[in-house]
Amino acid sequence: MTDLNTLEDNKSSLLERETVEVYIMGKKYTMPNSLTVMKGFEYAGYTLLRGCGCRAGFCGACATVYRVGKNHELKVGLACQTKVEQEMYLTQIPFYPHHRVSYHLEELRPTEDQVVEIYPEINKCLGCNSCTNVCPQDLKVMKYIAHAIRGEVSMVADESFDCLMCGLCASKCPANIVQYKVAILCRRLHSKYLVKKAEHLKRLSGRLESGEFNALLDELMQADKTTLAAKYNQRDIE
Amino acid sequence: MTYTPAIRELIKQVEVTRDSRLGKDFPRMTPQEKQEVLKNHHPDYIENQFRQVKLGPNKGDRFPHELCDVLEAYPRYEYNSFHADQVDRKVDVLIIGGGGAGAAAALLAHEQGASVLIATKLRFGDANTVMAQGGIQAASKPEDSPAIHYLDVLGGGHYYNIPELVKALVTDAPKVMQWLEDLGCMFDKLDDGTLQTIHGGGTSRKRMHSARDYSGAEIMRTLRDEVLCRDIDVCEFSAAVELLLDEKGRAAGAVMYNMETDQYEVVQAKTVILATGGLGRLHIQDFPTSNHYGATADGLVMAYRVGAKLVFMDTIQYHPTGVSYPEQVAGFLVTEKVRSLGATPVNIDGEQFVYHLETRDVATSAIIRECTRGKGVISPSGSLGVWLDSPLIERIHGEGTIARELPAMFRQFTRFSVDMRKDPILIYPTLHYQNGGVLIRDNGETSVENLYVAGEASGGVHGRNRLMGNSLMDILVFGRRAGLSAAEKAASIKDFAPRLSIEHAKNFAEELESLGEVKTFTSPILLPFKHRLNPNLKQEHRK
Repeated sequence: MTDLNTLEDNKSSLLERETVEVYIMGKKYTMPNSLTVMKGFEYAGYTLLRGCGCRAGFCGACATVYRVGKNHELKVGLACQTKVEQEMYLTQIPFYPHHRVSYHLEELRPTEDQVVEIYPEINKCLGCNSCTNVCPQDLKVMKYIAHAIRGEVSMVADESFDCLMCGLCASKCPANIVQYKVAILCRRLHSKYLVKKAEHLKRLSGRLESGEFNALLDELMQADKTTLAAKYNQRDIE
Repeated sequence: MTYTPAIRELIKQVEVTRDSRLGKDFPRMTPQEKQEVLKNHHPDYIENQFRQVKLGPNKGDRFPHELCDVLEAYPRYEYNSFHADQVDRKVDVLIIGGGGAGAAAALLAHEQGASVLIATKLRFGDANTVMAQGGIQAASKPEDSPAIHYLDVLGGGHYYNIPELVKALVTDAPKVMQWLEDLGCMFDKLDDGTLQTIHGGGTSRKRMHSARDYSGAEIMRTLRDEVLCRDIDVCEFSAAVELLLDEKGRAAGAVMYNMETDQYEVVQAKTVILATGGLGRLHIQDFPTSNHYGATADGLVMAYRVGAKLVFMDTIQYHPTGVSYPEQVAGFLVTEKVRSLGATPVNIDGEQFVYHLETRDVATSAIIRECTRGKGVISPSGSLGVWLDSPLIERIHGEGTIARELPAMFRQFTRFSVDMRKDPILIYPTLHYQNGGVLIRDNGETSVENLYVAGEASGGVHGRNRLMGNSLMDILVFGRRAGLSAAEKAASIKDFAPRLSIEHAKNFAEELESLGEVKTFTSPILLPFKHRLNPNLKQEHRK
């Protein structure tokens, strides 16, 4: 364990890292430039409640807006995936609200006008491409909305697959489209109606219901550890 | 450029030895060597990192300090201010937790005609479920069967698993896959509808189903959409802080805490389902974690205070390859596929020290041993780690392999200016999963009547070690079962007029006092301790 101390001693020489000045809700903080926006908030003493989720770029909870220095441009990103920069002006935005739309997937059909029927506002797309420009996943959002307008459900499903539903696209849309909701409707329509069902799954479920595996399962459930271990170690591997 | 000049110097050492390591397999450990490294270096074996819990249903059992700390803490809610006649909301089924298990439970309970409330402390869907990349296990192919799945689960769990729970898991699994298919979940399929399946660690058949590398996210967003479409009541940023019992000691509701207005609300419910997830964010033994912000063991704490027993809480799963650096993604998982493709762990001197495909627990222990020997590397952010020599992949399989086979990993590191094709990456074991939890029966019921638990918060199905792909299935199987049973039970309760009681919290606090426990913080903690997220804060919560 003494070697750990040596490592500790070496730490300072390796830790010659730069600091940056960052403004959080107007107040200036000096922090290491190795932090993300999310960790920058915590470094400054904030406890995040809204705007913090998986912290690894999967859940889309931490959409953030910021400006840098004198640049007038309002930038966006995921707080857990965006590095702090010199003279960054930060705030965390709460979850972006969407309007409530209820549909029963069972009653829908993957027809050309199904998506427009549920989300008529997509026809008002101005083609400004703001949604694509802000997407932290680099999705071609405007492109998939164009597919949605044309009723190309499977194209939307494929193009939108990596969507985290963070809502940044909707926050920028001058036509008030909620792109990520359009996307999930299309993925569900596509998966339920436009791809074939897994027949092998149906067959296996049928065999299960007929009770075919009961005896084998019961035998395993009754078996002691030694028997189980023997069976386990001898099992054939595909 | 994220790697500092000092780190660049160290990388040279890895480059110098690369040619000599290429094409040579490091010897695998003998069974004795494995036992030795586990015993001496696996976190589960470090005796002084555990202690006997002082009170409650598991009194005397050996749990990690960090878990004991929250179990032995005073209640967060001021129980003296509770008035039994002040009920703010009444529902049939109260579901606490908004991840995959909670959503599945809500859908099934709602189908039974129950009035359902999902209360979740963060956003609906912010849970470990979305972070599961690899896939979901189910026997679905002709060469597979639930019985073969059963044996795999048992072997993986070292035969400690509770048979009834494993049976439920493997026999419901095909049904759950069909259910997801019907809900419009976008699984990887061939044109003829065949589900694509691959192996996972410890599987004897290819039964890992996936939705690209967003398997959990795809399942979660589909379930969430369905819950919202059905107008099921979801209350976000409302954490449950204490369960409520009726005059006969049956679960009958919970005290909810609005985390933004600081107000409390009393919810009366005929049945309660806890689907609150695990304890990763307690950062057991100071480990980084791959877990979600909300994984703070709240459900364990609440269930424990009403007398539900915990099982297998002395075993935690550590994944050997978590990111040590860049700091921005520290603790995040480096998929096992990186090693499958030939990247090997290497120490500060450029020497390999363990066969690269040892099992998770052994690889974890070997990396920790190397660091305690002083052969680890301190990263520019101050974290400890060893190299994972990823450029070997390009050398073995040809240029372009990393971008093609590991797009998500490659994107993740590139985002923070580390080119894993050219430079090795720094890794360290990360806390991944709580193998145990609240003991349940195969319908999700606990020893406390009308209290159900589902998902990572529950324990028994995985024994002492969970296999990859079985937790996504676990949350859905037991979420559905709990939802169904809780709704059926609720329907059978007529003339429901309980006298709500919080006496158990009071008794618990009094017992703590009689044991001489000092009040340092209260639990459930709801959010991770600040000092765990911010290394600049040197707070100490350990008693």
